[in-house]
Amino acid sequence: MEPGLNQVGAENACRRVCLGSDVGYRSRLFAALRGGFFVTPIASQTAPSADATEALVRIERLVKYFPVKEGFLRKADLYIHAVDGVDLEIRRSETLGLVGESGCGKSTLGRLVLRLEKPTSGRILFEGRDINTLGSTEMKRLRRRMQIIFQDPYSSLNPRRTVYSTLAEPLIIHGIGSRSERRARVLALAEEVGLRPEHLDRYPHEFSGGQRQRIGIARALALNPGLIIADEPVSALDVSIRSQVINLLEDLQERHGLTYLFISHDLSVVEHISDRVAVMYLGKIVELGDRYQIFAEPLHPYTEALLSAVPAPDPELTLDRVILEGDVPSPIDPPSGCRFHPRCRLRIPTCFEIEPPLNDVGNGHSAACHVRAPVEEIQALPETLHI
Amino acid sequence: MAALYSDFWARLFKNKLAVAGLAVVVALFFVAVFAHSFAPYPPDLIDTSQVLEAPSKQHFLGTDILGRDVLSRMIHGAGVSLSVGFVAVGISTFIAVILGALAGYYGGVVERIVMRFVDIMLCFPSFFLILAVIAFIGPSIYNIMIVIGVTSWMGVTRLVRAEFLSLKERDFVQAAIAQGASDLRVIFIHCLPNAMAPVLVAATLGVAHAVLVESSLSFLGIGVQPPDPSWGNMLTEGKDNIEIAWWLSVFPGLAILITVMGYNLLGEGIRDTLDPRLRR
Repeated sequence: MEPGLNQVGAENACRRVCLGSDVGYRSRLFAALRGGFFVTPIASQTAPSADATEALVRIERLVKYFPVKEGFLRKADLYIHAVDGVDLEIRRSETLGLVGESGCGKSTLGRLVLRLEKPTSGRILFEGRDINTLGSTEMKRLRRRMQIIFQDPYSSLNPRRTVYSTLAEPLIIHGIGSRSERRARVLALAEEVGLRPEHLDRYPHEFSGGQRQRIGIARALALNPGLIIADEPVSALDVSIRSQVINLLEDLQERHGLTYLFISHDLSVVEHISDRVAVMYLGKIVELGDRYQIFAEPLHPYTEALLSAVPAPDPELTLDRVILEGDVPSPIDPPSGCRFHPRCRLRIPTCFEIEPPLNDVGNGHSAACHVRAPVEEIQALPETLHI
Repeated sequence: MAALYSDFWARLFKNKLAVAGLAVVVALFFVAVFAHSFAPYPPDLIDTSQVLEAPSKQHFLGTDILGRDVLSRMIHGAGVSLSVGFVAVGISTFIAVILGALAGYYGGVVERIVMRFVDIMLCFPSFFLILAVIAFIGPSIYNIMIVIGVTSWMGVTRLVRAEFLSLKERDFVQAAIAQGASDLRVIFIHCLPNAMAPVLVAATLGVAHAVLVESSLSFLGIGVQPPDPSWGNMLTEGKDNIEIAWWLSVFPGLAILITVMGYNLLGEGIRDTLDPRLRR
């Protein structure tokens, strides 16, 4: 079949769903897609000013390289630059969205914050204390304050343990409560995320993806943490379940004053849930701002390209799309100068040579771009850290 | 076992060869445990009037050169074979699980040391290693159990390490670490129960191997010492009279064959049942 015909067929199918007679399915699909969040008009609410809010987590010059190949006695000479000099702060009770393409280092950044990985260099301060210098007892105490929700609800639960033992485990690890107090706590957790008491004696394989994700959320809540790293928590879920889980996360945030680092590649979800958004490209933050700044006034050409790639549930709407050329460059040998320059439509000669710093253009909106957020005087930054 | 394997037995019973293997294993177990009730004569009852009798109604499998009943001796020998098999496999599985778990979970230097040690052990032809060690420390049934155990853990160690390598990256293990679980807790509660399926298969096949090694050692005269009966030393005694008394060699030989086959069929049946790619 000619490629052209194929495309016409797909468009027709799309038209039938979107404009045709199947009204029931359409409204359900759109409700789910929108969930109140796709084309929400953004009120020009400004985030609380940077000085007033305290940083719960401060990430300073964070670097994580993974060795590619290591021999028996030979040290690796190639490294994947997963996270390459990130400065970021997560403020108390905010939702910080972290977006970027697959493989840009989002998840690694989240795992570093939880000390599931050791950084190559740089610091992570949780309430002012560098988590990588803490001893094991102090670290164990700190682990009660930060938890994680995973993307894949099928691998995030131990298949050999009942829901009850999964939820009670964090309490046992930290020696919290007596047997009956733990039972009461687990029941309360289950109720909070919408599980019924009879679910507790079942094994994970007896649940659907959405229910499993609720179990994962309940487990993360068990220790009353302040910070939750949500690593693509809804990406693996059906669109209709997605909004339920998002709403649950928002309710819980309101009730417990939680701080979220919300990692996702789904921009419409991030737009809905985030207070501030950080855009990551090849191990670096390229743009950071509040939700309005990122979604309505993006500066970095990469952010623009990401935004225009969001599918709109309306076939009549023709967007002026910014199409990215080329593939994501290899994180083993990232491009010189600005990492985005090989795919950038705005590139100028400087971009090939000098790496742009993340420059604040006002109101807490910053971008790393020579064209859109130029720095007055550029001095060459060290390109890579040598280890 | 978890409900994940609730249909384990149902699926195992569909495999006819595995059922045959299981039947042999269960039957041998009962014979070994109740040897005194099954055996028609005491195993060391010498009757010089009944020397080298062919199989008959009094002696179903004939008698040996001292007039002892072959069937009774074989029934008592079953216990020797099985206990050597189980204890040796118990020792090797224990070593393998501990070393494999440490290597797979901690990686780095620990892994390199353990895996190089595995490679070194695999360089020795294990049967000759066992022969040499037994010759040095002296033959006894306990020495055989220990020596077979400490020379047959390498394969399972590799298996356990491979399972742990993939398990430690799984999200539920990472979640346990993020909650502050100790290494012991992560290894024994989260990783090990999920790594047991291939270990169970390897252990079943390992019993067959251990039974065979014990028989070989006893046949060579450095295993179970006469007058204690074992299938291996019965073969040795039988080989001198094989032209005139075939039953002395054939029946112990058959017993070894059937036992080893039974364990192999059962082990392969369990493997096929647990292998998700073969699920229908």
